[in-house]
Amino acid sequence: MKKLLVILTLALISCSMLFASGASESSSKSDNGKPTITYTFRDDGRGSDQILWKWIEEGYNSWDKKDQVNLDMAPITASEGDYFTKIALQLSDPATSPDLVCEDTFQLPNDVSAGYLTNLDSYVSSYADWTDGKYYASMQKAVTGADGSVYGIPYCTDTRGLWYNRAILTEAGVIKQGEDWAPTSWDDILDACAKIQANTTDVIPFWCNSGVATGEATSMQTYEMLLYGTGERLLTDDGKWIIDSDSMRASLKFLQDIYNNGYGPSLDLVLNGQASNTSARKYFPEDKLGITLDGIWITGNWKSTGPSPVADYATKFGLAAMPTSKGQTPGTVTLAGGWAFSIPENSDAKELTFEFIQHLMDPEASYLSSIIEQGNICTRTDVGPIEEYAKQPFFEQATEFLKTADFRPQNDKYSTVSTAIQYMVESVVTGTSIDNAISQYGKDVIRTVGKENVVTL
Amino acid sequence: MSQHSYKIEQLKYDLKKSILLIPAIALMIGFFIIPIFMTVYYSFTNLALTGSNAKNFQFIGLLNYKTMFTDPRMWASVFHTLIFLVGSLIGQSLIGFFVAYFMQKKDQTFRSIVGPCILAGWVMPEIVVALCCFAFFDTSGTMNAILQTMNIPGVKWLYAHPMLTVILANIWHGTAFSMLNYQSALGNVSSSITEAARVDGATRVQTLFRVTIPCIKDTIATNTMLNTLSTLGVFGLIWAMTGGGPGNATTTLPIYMYFQGLKNFQLGQGTAIGMVLLLVGAIFSVIYTKTLGNED
Repeated sequence: MKKLLVILTLALISCSMLFASGASESSSKSDNGKPTITYTFRDDGRGSDQILWKWIEEGYNSWDKKDQVNLDMAPITASEGDYFTKIALQLSDPATSPDLVCEDTFQLPNDVSAGYLTNLDSYVSSYADWTDGKYYASMQKAVTGADGSVYGIPYCTDTRGLWYNRAILTEAGVIKQGEDWAPTSWDDILDACAKIQANTTDVIPFWCNSGVATGEATSMQTYEMLLYGTGERLLTDDGKWIIDSDSMRASLKFLQDIYNNGYGPSLDLVLNGQASNTSARKYFPEDKLGITLDGIWITGNWKSTGPSPVADYATKFGLAAMPTSKGQTPGTVTLAGGWAFSIPENSDAKELTFEFIQHLMDPEASYLSSIIEQGNICTRTDVGPIEEYAKQPFFEQATEFLKTADFRPQNDKYSTVSTAIQYMVESVVTGTSIDNAISQYGKDVIRTVGKENVVTL
Repeated sequence: MSQHSYKIEQLKYDLKKSILLIPAIALMIGFFIIPIFMTVYYSFTNLALTGSNAKNFQFIGLLNYKTMFTDPRMWASVFHTLIFLVGSLIGQSLIGFFVAYFMQKKDQTFRSIVGPCILAGWVMPEIVVALCCFAFFDTSGTMNAILQTMNIPGVKWLYAHPMLTVILANIWHGTAFSMLNYQSALGNVSSSITEAARVDGATRVQTLFRVTIPCIKDTIATNTMLNTLSTLGVFGLIWAMTGGGPGNATTTLPIYMYFQGLKNFQLGQGTAIGMVLLLVGAIFSVIYTKTLGNED
């Protein structure tokens, strides 16, 4: 009998050991009694050298509540697409949830409707800068959920346009010496490409993100810049997704023209995850690329602190607004995106985190230097006129674009539809017919949003 | 000892046995049975990683399966999985077998050079294999550098022949496993049988096909089954080398599952694809065990 008892005890112990590991996880997050703010952002591989790290660290060191709070850096080293997946996984559980998280504004509606983010209405109502118009109204809209509440504090935005190499366009005869390039329709772009192809050697005329691997950049920088330029949007005004239309076909036709005529880069260069870096850090600065459709942050690469410094980039390159398809009003088009600080619903230090965000966004503390190093457009109206910010090459122009900028749909299905767009674009540039690509897109969208929420124009 | 106390002893003994099994059973239930049932259940829901369906997911019946089977990309993924599977199996088994066969009667120095070379691909973690192969097959990589020294124009391996490239990488990674299996099997084939066959006038080839291979039939079946199951699960290698592209040329079922479940956030659909993967694995296992069972 005694033996049986021993065995029973042993069995019990081994069973309890199985579950013990689960229990020990719920240990307190705080260290020597102080609350901790856990900060999660995307690490592009540069660790503490990157601005999203330095900014928060400097911000914390200059914060007057520094002694009452611990800061825990919890970067996610991942590609942009994988970052959203990892964030969603982290936010869904209180044990892994950070207290401060960088959210892309297009991903925000998704995480809001999943209930992952804290409603900041009661916080911003007592945040003077927010209510006094120190933030651009369009940026405040970008962080407002479908329910009309605020879910993040925007810290950067961006606009997109056509970057061109002045020397190449002059050599090709597109512009005269010292002239600015100002295409007024898609045909102007194709003409310029044809001239570059005919009159220069070893130069890729045109580059735009075109693959699934480049993720959101393909949807936003390429497809939506084209589609919005026809006057159409992804959704109709009554909220139905458009799955087939002449404008969609025209946008895909433009891409087909680029690649079929050999104006684009070789597909093995553009269909991988490094494509944006390859163009911005290699081909464009090395005079091997004429025109590239990209965002304002591209200048961050060419600054002396960037990965591919170009001393005279302000005069060597030019920025032209993306024209509408046939030059119809408003004449030019751009999309604006941006990132925001959000507080997860599962955070255990919401009040403190919000105070920390206010400190981070203070131009007199660390915001100004951070936004300059990010190479992005500021979200605060009181930073725009500061000379140190405004004198950066191209920023006046890119900020000007913001006035007519459009945004991606504030719809929690957008990020899934976006991958369908990337598939459609990649299949067209790899030779699938426009008909087949659009019909596949239709099926993908129906699967995501349901038959009743789509429409054919 | 009476009949009665004997029964009690027997009962005690049985009890002891079952109590000792509790941890193992608890592990099985906790980490295997429950997840499988959860997967089956989730595949009938519209559960999502984020978005409104993350908060309130619903039972949607067979809708995930319906959309999946009407999705041409799904069928393309099944097709790619089969190509990847068959290509890898043939390569791994044949190379593994012949390396083992030819190494059999070679001297120790030769074996100690060739063996580790092949094992190197196997002992490396999958992601390291993927990076090595990526660097090797990249357009400006080692392979094209070698071709250029022989005045053969370079090939865009990862773009023009993506499936072949990932299969080659997987073969390099998995051959050693087959080789080890066959080495031990061939070692067990008694040399008296093969010698007897040779004395009876059989050629080397005849001896190989009529005597040696029938002797190691069981190992061939087991090895094929293990290779099948591990190849069906290959994800990191393909993901790191091609990301399932270009287009969806190398999108196998695990890649497609990851894409739908985690990149598109549609966990319900992802689990439905997982069920198909499970089914494919089960079908192959049944086929192999059947062929194995008939021999006994």
